[in-house]
Amino acid sequence: MAVKVRIPTPLQRLTQGKEEVDGVSGTIMELVTDLDKRFPGIGERISEGGKVRRFVNIYVNEEDIRFLKAEDTIVKDGDEVSIVPAIAGGARQ
Amino acid sequence: MNELIIPQQILEDMLVYCKGMYPNEACGILAGRNNEALKIYKMTNIENSPVSYMMDSMEQFKTMKDMRENNLSMLAIFHSHPSSAAYPSQKDLSLVFYEDSVYVIVSLIEKEPIAKGFLIREGSIKEIDIIVR
Repeated sequence: MAVKVRIPTPLQRLTQGKEEVDGVSGTIMELVTDLDKRFPGIGERISEGGKVRRFVNIYVNEEDIRFLKAEDTIVKDGDEVSIVPAIAGGARQ
Repeated sequence: MNELIIPQQILEDMLVYCKGMYPNEACGILAGRNNEALKIYKMTNIENSPVSYMMDSMEQFKTMKDMRENNLSMLAIFHSHPSSAAYPSQKDLSLVFYEDSVYVIVSLIEKEPIAKGFLIREGSIKEIDIIVR
């Protein structure tokens, strides 16, 4: 059993349309690095310079990693990781 | 998607919510199937601002899960412009991530709210029809 990774719709074009892919256990950044090897380009959409991008939220099971150990949060087989880009904007130019 | 179908009740619900949050921006999601909105999720704007919004991330996460469990797609993302036109701002453009969803903007500058829908892909803006049923 691997880590289950939920891919948001806008990134599914990088995962051949797959909504869920397997991920490796370890830290969140190790998981993202591994995803990028298999689905080139996905890494830079999620992270920058070893950090998760400001407008990307990642959940392990039901917990936001910012309230765990952020990029160093450990995931293990059976965990579910959700990548959820933020929804933001507004009138200010 | 060339048009977005919004049932009258959901449209009214969205407009009332936007007016109720005035002078701050309101935001939310319209979920449905086959271009027709079936459910509205009114979200918390954590910025509490008249010129910007960001959805509460935990609410958004739970909403995504609810849509998945109910076999609904995120057809549209709506937010209000309390003091400007129903047209995407530079800030809206720079923060578009969900290019498959329609961005609905509700302007509150006229006596009655005006809602318009846009597909925004790679910085280009295309207005689509909102059909009210």
